[in-house]
Amino acid sequence: MMSRHMLLAIAVFIGAAFLPLVFRGNDYILNLCVVAGVYAIVVMGLGILLGWAGQMSLAQAAFLGIGAYTSAFFTTHLNWNFWEALPAAVLMSALVGFGVGYPCLRLSGHYLALATIGFGIITQLVLINWTAVTNGSDGMTGIPAPPPWGPISFEGYGTYFYIVLVFVGLSAYVAARLKSSRVGRAMHAIRENELAASAMGIDTTRYKMLAFVLAGAYAGLAGSLLAHSIKFISPDSYSFDQSVVFLVMLILGGSGSIGGAILGAALLTFLPEVLRPLKNSYIMVYGAAVVAMIIFMPQGLAGIIARLARQNSGGAGPRAQTASVPQSAAEGA
Amino acid sequence: MLEIRGLVKAFGGVHAVDGLDMTVQRGEIHALIGPNGSGKTTTLNVISGIYKADGGSIGFERQELLGLPAHAITKGGVARTFQNIRLFAGLSVLENVMIGRHTRTTTNFLTALFPGGATAREELATRTRAHELLDFVGLPDVAAVQAKSLPYGDQRRVEIARALATEPRLLLLDEPAAGMNPSETDDLIGLLERIRASGITLLLIEHDMNLVMTVSDRITVLNFGTHIAAGSPPEIRRNKDVIAAYLGGSADAA
Repeated sequence: MMSRHMLLAIAVFIGAAFLPLVFRGNDYILNLCVVAGVYAIVVMGLGILLGWAGQMSLAQAAFLGIGAYTSAFFTTHLNWNFWEALPAAVLMSALVGFGVGYPCLRLSGHYLALATIGFGIITQLVLINWTAVTNGSDGMTGIPAPPPWGPISFEGYGTYFYIVLVFVGLSAYVAARLKSSRVGRAMHAIRENELAASAMGIDTTRYKMLAFVLAGAYAGLAGSLLAHSIKFISPDSYSFDQSVVFLVMLILGGSGSIGGAILGAALLTFLPEVLRPLKNSYIMVYGAAVVAMIIFMPQGLAGIIARLARQNSGGAGPRAQTASVPQSAAEGA
Repeated sequence: MLEIRGLVKAFGGVHAVDGLDMTVQRGEIHALIGPNGSGKTTTLNVISGIYKADGGSIGFERQELLGLPAHAITKGGVARTFQNIRLFAGLSVLENVMIGRHTRTTTNFLTALFPGGATAREELATRTRAHELLDFVGLPDVAAVQAKSLPYGDQRRVEIARALATEPRLLLLDEPAAGMNPSETDDLIGLLERIRASGITLLLIEHDMNLVMTVSDRITVLNFGTHIAAGSPPEIRRNKDVIAAYLGGSADAA
């Protein structure tokens, strides 16, 4: 079963590798491909936190911003190159994830969601007002592309896409390894029943913290990749609205599924662009489409695909993803 | 093996457990009985670390359990099941039992990333052990089934398999026969005796007196949060205080 998923994943990545060739010279579409890849990483991180460990977060865009600004600061102010700034961005977002997760441990469900919204808004205010570091609402410009490898320059979206693609693959691999391991099972146990998880010997505090840190690290990685792609960042890209979009991407894709997270991110990156000819009414159609998809595909895209695979193989296919939006874990004893 | 002395647990002004003393000997099946609200489940929740006690001590094999978090108590060798079943409902039966292996396995965030080697061996061993335990509790064919889709009685047995996966030396069972039909209860009695035969001490709360009197070596009776009697099933059956507690009225009147 694992190897089947692996084969599918490898096929998808090989297919994705042809995108820059197919859309050669079309910067508009190639940029969207980069953004879709970046968002896929963000949403995979959110999937670990919400889809596995059952901890709601509406601050994922803030972590993306922290990664983007960290990477931008180190490259523009301190002259680090991209490959030095990227780990710093991952580390910074992971650390902030730890710092946010820790006080939030006692919260769950709606209260946790509210606390993370608060954190997201604070982060955005810091980005706007800490002008010495962030250049305020004007944003930061002149963020360098990664240094060239011999004759290969990463200034254009076409080549940059391959860097993003490698990191999407790496992120998916890490998530897949964790998911089917003792670590992933411990997180799933917390989502399903926190009290029983602790009675099974799981240190729920430790694994919830790990989920917050991983979600932060994924978003930090994505933030760095985003900053060096568009080369300009400003605070309004890391808003509460954007966090909600990430949440919708995850749920639409299938909240427990890694492939679903990637699919959801890609779909909702391209959908607004496809609907752009509708001008002002696009947001209505977009909203209606999302609501319809969530109603008719409660397990997300991943659920649909799993069901189709099962039908094709006469019932012997992989079990459907059952992770829906987690209930609050705060039941009485 | 388990020594409870002067245990107190209060909720607001209500003393759910109020100065409880009890002893569980190694290798026995010990039943904790008493009328509704007498503090049985509270006692179990305190032993397993889900509630914090307000006083007293709980010694388990010369270590003090009070103050330890629930996961540390499980690691220390005390496992439990729940009265209102708390399986990981959306996961498969096998995954439920595999999660029980958590404290006896060591794969961490970093080692999980590398395929093969020690991680793969441990994963395989975890899976194999989970299958063995499902066989042991009489559920060999449902490993891939989602836990919540099992019938009630089978869910209770999965809970037992999951608790056994933690390799307890003391197993706490909160009303294991609740919701079972008579034939399932008979199977359960056999299972409890096989668990004891494997060297695990059992402490169980149960309302089914037939089961209690059949399997128990010793019984502790609670009323109003404290013990009113302890002894073998025949002794408990004859005890005036116990009869009074269950039938009402004073011991003299009974």
